[in-house]
Amino acid sequence: MATASAHPAHPTGLKRYLFSTNHKDIGILYLVFAVIAGVFGAFLSILMRMELQYPGIQIFTHLAQIVDGAAPETAIDAAKNLYNVTITIHGLIMIFFMVMPALIGGFGNYFIPLMIGAPDMAFPRLNNISFWLLPASLGLAVISLFMEGAPGMLGFGGGWVMYPPLSANTGHPGPAMDFLILGLHIAGISSLVGSINLITTIFNMRAPGMTMHKMPLFAWGMLTAAFLLVLSLPVLAGALTMLLTDRNFGTTFFDPSGGGDPLLFQHLFWFFGHPEVYIMILPAFGIISHIVSTFAKKPVFGYLGMAYAMVAIGIVGFVVWAHHMYTVGMSLDTQRYFVFATMVIAVPTGVKIFSWIATMWGGSITFRAPMYWAIGFIFVFTVGGVTGVVLANAAADRALHETYYVVAHFHYTLSLGAVFGIFAGFYYWFPKMSGYLYNERLAKIHFWMFFIGVNLTFFPQHFLGLAGMPRRYIDYPNAYMLWNSVSSIGSYISGLSVIFFLYIVFQAFAQKRLAGANPWGPGATTLEWTLSSPPPFHQFDTLPRIVGSDSH
Amino acid sequence: MTVSAVLISGAIFSMLGLSFAAVPLYRMFCSATGYGGTTQVAKIAPATEGQRDIIVRFNANVAKGLPWSFEPETPQIRLRTGKVATVFYKVTNHADRPIAAQALYNVTPENSGGYFDKISCFCFTEQTLGPHESADMPVVFFLDPALEQDESMKNVDQITLSYTFFISKNPAPVTASSDHSEGSDKPL
Repeated sequence: MATASAHPAHPTGLKRYLFSTNHKDIGILYLVFAVIAGVFGAFLSILMRMELQYPGIQIFTHLAQIVDGAAPETAIDAAKNLYNVTITIHGLIMIFFMVMPALIGGFGNYFIPLMIGAPDMAFPRLNNISFWLLPASLGLAVISLFMEGAPGMLGFGGGWVMYPPLSANTGHPGPAMDFLILGLHIAGISSLVGSINLITTIFNMRAPGMTMHKMPLFAWGMLTAAFLLVLSLPVLAGALTMLLTDRNFGTTFFDPSGGGDPLLFQHLFWFFGHPEVYIMILPAFGIISHIVSTFAKKPVFGYLGMAYAMVAIGIVGFVVWAHHMYTVGMSLDTQRYFVFATMVIAVPTGVKIFSWIATMWGGSITFRAPMYWAIGFIFVFTVGGVTGVVLANAAADRALHETYYVVAHFHYTLSLGAVFGIFAGFYYWFPKMSGYLYNERLAKIHFWMFFIGVNLTFFPQHFLGLAGMPRRYIDYPNAYMLWNSVSSIGSYISGLSVIFFLYIVFQAFAQKRLAGANPWGPGATTLEWTLSSPPPFHQFDTLPRIVGSDSH
Repeated sequence: MTVSAVLISGAIFSMLGLSFAAVPLYRMFCSATGYGGTTQVAKIAPATEGQRDIIVRFNANVAKGLPWSFEPETPQIRLRTGKVATVFYKVTNHADRPIAAQALYNVTPENSGGYFDKISCFCFTEQTLGPHESADMPVVFFLDPALEQDESMKNVDQITLSYTFFISKNPAPVTASSDHSEGSDKPL
């Protein structure tokens, strides 16, 4: 490590973060942003679970009067609208402002340069703008909550998928949807700029000797996710632009009265939407691989298979989009194709699951907090994957489409899967990022609280879905009460665990127990553990040289 | 590094371009394959009749904001594949001004779109009706006998042809479209 005097003194205070071009500072900004957005998104989900704890409409009539200023006599309609707005914004916030910023912006920015032995990202100023576009985008989404959407109602309540005609002038003529579209455009630009940065960094700035096939798996996951973003997000941007011009400039891309087809939006949306779910999970795959390998004190089993399984998931992820649309009236042969292609994805995913298990097999395992989260991830992601294979069948999906079974499925892969990945990564890398140790015991309690909470929330939703309860409704018949109440109680436990998590972080900073360069011992072999904790403001003034074959 | 950034930006903009190219491609794909219940256009009637009788039902709708009435002469007919049928729809303009409108259509079940051939149809062009004018508008069509070979058509014994008249989006000949933008069709 060369001396720090080669660099000008770095800025401090507000300037350090506002004008930052340092990948670690920007990574921290992303993580803080994701935590704030995540707490807000989780709060929204708990409001929904409070409403659904009992049949009838209780909470949202009051909320509508407080938030939307609805008159008591019309509060019931405002409540239904507000519920729909809440599910919409919960989905968008969790996807665009929590999972993606945490995994891609946060861990990606912070650890990709460290892991591949680079001094910083390829385009530090682009990195800055790609972060600061996000608060602007979130701002537009929040403004949209308080603009007119459906006539006489506030906010856009058409779900995160935003299908026209509900999202067109027919359903939401007010400006709420326009704000949301512009917000998503900006979030999209932010992600695309970030992807350009990540791909360029990984392709051009690896340390001498680090070939692609020696690159850590987290970098492989990020690389694949960044490519998926580059190829899929512009399609969402295109579809949203068409929707915007349909709404405001009289075009008829999705308007049948001018020869357009609303179904085209669904095709375009899911051509983005399906790769998007892999964008959210691939970085988590990478994190889990490192954690399992670290705490089993063994190299990852089948490294190349793991890397190319992610690439395969990414590629196949582009040709399965219509499995979200089995009920729109596609020909049976089209459905057969999409059933088959979807099931093919289970193969590389299975390769990953079994390779993680094989990595642990015969290893000298220490059950530290990150390992709890990693094993939790493997469990919940497998449950979500199995229900995914069920839903891949067009025949079964005909019954399960738009039921709570689908809600349970994608929450097991994302709300549990991706979020377990985020927490696993956080507990794995927190000592590296902050330089401090957290309380291991509390982190394990956090794990059990969250694990029990989310499973209690989402597992009963399988039963509700199989019993035919549709999603996106504020109310339900009394017959569905039991599992809804259980699910709500689970969500309160998860909510408490989030507060507990914030306390763990606070306590770690308060106690200032120093972590040292490598708190995990000989299993942690990637380059970030060769640096001090926290790493110096500028690292690798002398590039590390990778020799041998087991750097990953 | 600049090269890589430029290449990736290129990929981004080509995907954006492709998403817009998807609009005409999707339309071409639908009319070529009958996907989504898009009917086919035929120049001449088929030479031979087929073996199956299929019930063809007619459905007629008028979009919000168009003061027309629109109904088929007969709710349904039984039709031998390969045989040409002509069906009339009665259309009346109830407004005091001329109005142009365009009928849009599809057939259900959607997999029958590729076998539903129209020789002529009022839906091929925009229709204009004077104040309180009525007209009988014909559609001439047949069912392609090739459907008998399609396994997915085996259990289809009823096909519904559905039309919806939408007020014309082209402002040119009549003033009708100005009503549209003034919000006569505001949602409920």
